[in-house]
Amino acid sequence: MMEITGTGIGQGVAVGRVVRMADRLPDPVDRPSHLDPERETERAKGSLSVVAAELARRGAQAGGAAKDVLEAQAMMAEDPSVVDEITKLLATGKTAERAVYEAFAAYRDLLASMGGYMGERAADLDDISQRVVAHLLKLPAPGVPDPGHPFVLVARDLAPADTAMLDLDQVLGLVTVDGGPTSHTAILAREKSIVAVVGAADAATLADGDTVIVDAANDLVIAQPTPEQVADAEARIAERAALEAAPVTPGALADGTPVPLLANLGSADGAAEALKLGAEGVGLFRTEFLFLDADTAPSVREQQEHYTRLLAAFAGRKVVVRVLDAGADKPLSFLNDAPEENPALGLRGIRALRHSEVILREQLTALAAADAATDAELWVMAPMIATVEETRYFTALAKELGIRVAGVMVETPSAALVADRVLAATDFASIGTNDLTQYTMAADRLLGTVAKLQDPWHPAVLRLISEVGAAGAELGKPVGICGEAAADPLLAVVLVGLGATSLSMSPSALADVRASLARFGQDDAKALARAALAAEGAAEAKQAAQAAASEISTTRAAAS
Amino acid sequence: MVERTVRIGSTHGLHARPAKLFTQAAAASGASVTIRKGGGAPVNAASILAVIAQGIDHGDEVTITVDGGDEHAVLDQLVELLSTDHDE
Repeated sequence: MMEITGTGIGQGVAVGRVVRMADRLPDPVDRPSHLDPERETERAKGSLSVVAAELARRGAQAGGAAKDVLEAQAMMAEDPSVVDEITKLLATGKTAERAVYEAFAAYRDLLASMGGYMGERAADLDDISQRVVAHLLKLPAPGVPDPGHPFVLVARDLAPADTAMLDLDQVLGLVTVDGGPTSHTAILAREKSIVAVVGAADAATLADGDTVIVDAANDLVIAQPTPEQVADAEARIAERAALEAAPVTPGALADGTPVPLLANLGSADGAAEALKLGAEGVGLFRTEFLFLDADTAPSVREQQEHYTRLLAAFAGRKVVVRVLDAGADKPLSFLNDAPEENPALGLRGIRALRHSEVILREQLTALAAADAATDAELWVMAPMIATVEETRYFTALAKELGIRVAGVMVETPSAALVADRVLAATDFASIGTNDLTQYTMAADRLLGTVAKLQDPWHPAVLRLISEVGAAGAELGKPVGICGEAAADPLLAVVLVGLGATSLSMSPSALADVRASLARFGQDDAKALARAALAAEGAAEAKQAAQAAASEISTTRAAAS
Repeated sequence: MVERTVRIGSTHGLHARPAKLFTQAAAASGASVTIRKGGGAPVNAASILAVIAQGIDHGDEVTITVDGGDEHAVLDQLVELLSTDHDE
């Protein structure tokens, strides 16, 4: 048994055999072959036919539309025009590797230049060429492997194109050697609910065929597990499957206290999926995508159309929209193009919007118009609030332009520390735990070397959240959470104990958080929060909350 | 050698599945088959890459030539394939 640590994504667990993803091959060097052309031709034809047979086999196995595509690829691998071209190239003394590469590249370029359907086939030719060259070199085929049975994929990291190709019926789990919790792979795994552990450096030692347990909940990959460990993991997999099959109910604690569970969304496209997974509304709708890649801000009409589409999908429910959150870290040329030494501390969020107030006015106008045209309950909030004065400014402007409920995000320690005065000046607060952690711990959230400090379990962060929770309770104003912290099932209970009245997260996390909340009453949540607050660091706070939680479960089991 | 000109029946032209079916049939016939689009140069009909690289669309006229074997039967079969809509 060997334990490999990394960063787990989500709460899942998977057991399966390892299949490693081979790195992409370098282009074969153009050097004279030391074999004669006849021998090289034999080698090339041999590898072409092996690859064609393999593609045809995969096609027969896949069936349906994939069968036609793979059969066509198999034919391309042994295409007579390509074989002629390869034979010609070999006659000039090239190696089989180089001749195969050049012949496919010539057709690839031809098809790519035609665009459309032919352009898409160009990528197929690259894939075939890599496979043939890999076979010639006796190396594993590059790209996402397809061993024909479910497997645990182990890779250095995945390119976006590879992740798009993942067959979720075959990939039981995903382990990457590189990459952190904010890497592309992690984001995708979270979105698609793939059991994943990223940044597991020692996973480089795993070999094809090894049986491993991928335990995302405990940030672990277990190599050569004992039969007991496998049985335990399988029991957890069955338990989670039962959980997912359970009917979707509104979020609530064991004593019935409602805790609305909302979705974080980046565009209206995710609305249907979020509703399916039981989102009771939207707790954070990011509007940046409407503005990215734009030289000028989108028109009021364009924005209004998109907001209307979003609000219509959530008729009768709450939708919290965050106005544009841009700055030197997410630069938009029309907003702020001055380079800054310290973008996280610069002209961003409400500061940048205030600097270009016309953009903020247009966005609020579009939102108010969309609200008037639909039945959703629209709330609008401003990012990166540091002062009561900024809170007043935004709330007044939003109301002036027809927004009914206006609030602010609490992402800076300053806003948390004067939360009573901030909340007195506005309708609600929503805590962005990612930024709040970054600013509290003075640790750049995008920098891997300080990733350990970027932990919302830290009692300093929890203390600030408790300030906001207490102020909300005192004034009777809602305090939501809309950062990654809300997606951690145990931390979610702690956050409710600290005074959070709603939780917003990636829709894929809703089921786990819903189940976790249902295990604890309000007093339990407060006990967990007290235990975590009293700890000396992030790891200790998590342990203290875990200990308090298991004590509660044990007492309850003994009583029943 | 026999040759005939035919109009492409498949909605999406001679791409993807129709191209595969046609190329497979040409290769399996044992005869030497070429296809050319309009007044273009003939290419080997058993080469799927050469065929799709012609960019043959729905309604285009192509000319098939068959040399060797049971020429007439092969030609009939290929013409039948090309004039059928495989994309329904």
